[in-house]
Amino acid sequence: MERIPILRMGNFLLVTIQVDMHDQLALTLQDDLTNRIAEVGAKGVLIDISSLEIVDSFIGRTLANIASMARVLDAETVVVGMQPAVAITLVELGMPLPGIRTALNVESGMDHLREILTSHEENYDYDGDSTED
Amino acid sequence: MITTGTVQKTEKIPIQNSSDVVAVRQRVRAWVLEMKFSLVEQTKIVTAASELGRNTLEHGGGGFLELAQVANGSRSGIRLRFSDNGPGIENVELALKDGYTSGQGMGLGLGGSKRLMNEFEIESKLNVGTTVTVIRWK
Amino acid sequence: MKDLLSLIQKNHESILQDWLRDLKARITRSDLINDRELTAQASEVLSAIRGAGGNSSLENFDAAEWQPLKDVLGNLSASWATQGFTPSDTARFVLSLKIALFDVARKQWGNNSEELFAEVFRANEFVDKLALFTTDSYIYGRDQIINRQQEEMLELSTPVVTLWDGIIALPLIGTLDSARTQVVMESLLQAIVQTNSRFAIIDITGVPTVDTLVAQHLLKTITAARLMGAECILSGIRPQIAQTIVHLGINLEDVITKAKLSDALWLALERSGRKVVRVNTAKSNGTSAAEQRGE
Repeated sequence: MERIPILRMGNFLLVTIQVDMHDQLALTLQDDLTNRIAEVGAKGVLIDISSLEIVDSFIGRTLANIASMARVLDAETVVVGMQPAVAITLVELGMPLPGIRTALNVESGMDHLREILTSHEENYDYDGDSTED
Repeated sequence: MITTGTVQKTEKIPIQNSSDVVAVRQRVRAWVLEMKFSLVEQTKIVTAASELGRNTLEHGGGGFLELAQVANGSRSGIRLRFSDNGPGIENVELALKDGYTSGQGMGLGLGGSKRLMNEFEIESKLNVGTTVTVIRWK
Repeated sequence: MKDLLSLIQKNHESILQDWLRDLKARITRSDLINDRELTAQASEVLSAIRGAGGNSSLENFDAAEWQPLKDVLGNLSASWATQGFTPSDTARFVLSLKIALFDVARKQWGNNSEELFAEVFRANEFVDKLALFTTDSYIYGRDQIINRQQEEMLELSTPVVTLWDGIIALPLIGTLDSARTQVVMESLLQAIVQTNSRFAIIDITGVPTVDTLVAQHLLKTITAARLMGAECILSGIRPQIAQTIVHLGINLEDVITKAKLSDALWLALERSGRKVVRVNTAKSNGTSAAEQRGE
């Protein structure tokens, strides 16, 4: 069965979606990612969609689900490289994906993740009741 | 009421499983490329097709997409007609509202597709089936 | 038409002269075209008619033999449109050919009223078709000009400027309508990708009014930019527009707004980790180094 490869870069996981995913592939990706996050204790997930020319509500939901699941596992997700036409269409479709972090490209996505994680560390309350960011 | 125009070429695509929905996207993309829609228009049309195709599969139990190039006077457009023999939609108005869902998901398919296309028409009869027709003009 | 066509072949010289004589009398814009050009254009049309050949029929104007004539008429129309002739001038040019043709027909069939009428009728229909075709081409030519000008205006009015590395600005000028706003939206988002900019300042100082539709488009642009990973700052909101926005119930809660573009730039610089600092040197004090040395 074909799968979308997940690359590990230190504390982060990088996924590049290049194919027009059919439903099963998207669900497999969700599974694989959540497993891998837990496996390596990843703190950040970068999803590169710069090659995706179509993002419909199903893919949108998939991205939202991944972000939610990752957060439960204490990892932050950033979606990078959304194409302008795709962004315009998603807004028109009525799916602004609130709560999903985004960045222009992998590099700025990484910077973004590092920023978030550093601020997490700074906010960590050694009394034990950790503050939300 | 949806505009009637002269129909030029047509293509029929079966929608019976999720690979068919991928095929729908691919065929619609091929058509809009040939018809020289702008990039944003292409994206909107293919996305609408994906939404409606998925609806046909998941809510209609499978069906067809009929693609057609239509002309009305000097303008030309692409018409997508999704039809199924499924359970039908009880409350179309409700179904068109964003956020409404009868099952899983965010239920943006119908309302969203309407916004992405120029013309939208839906016919649905309980226990008979549903036909959704959309047109995007150049 | 065969008979008429062969008549035209035989008498093309005199037909041309008659036509030109009539043209010079009718066409009043001698400033736009001189005799020589007029003669050349009329000859070209006549040659194209003659060139259609013996097998052509007047009824079937869609036949391939008439394409050269259509091309000549099309070019003529287009160039006359650019030169400033009115549509009537262009139609008159073609219609006046009738006089010359009727005259030739009368000389040929003057004694046979039935045949004369038939040929005159055919000639009339034919020239009418030419005139209508020419008018359509004229209008098409004008439309092309209008479209091109509209495109140019659109491009001129939506320039995206790079204020700093990673910070672009889109100063909007003039009234925004639905179509224009969409174009603007697309070019801004494209620019964000091309310049790799995390911040985009949309300045509406030059926009006199904002209605619900335009506001919605702006909001959609801002949301789309956010999905791509860029932040938009809206600046240059005049008090009247601020009032309109509130009255229309438009929700700008999620949008960063600044009264002045400079404030927006300051914010973008700050957010991208930059600071603007005053540097104290002789130059900035207005005195030159030489003056300071006391020379």
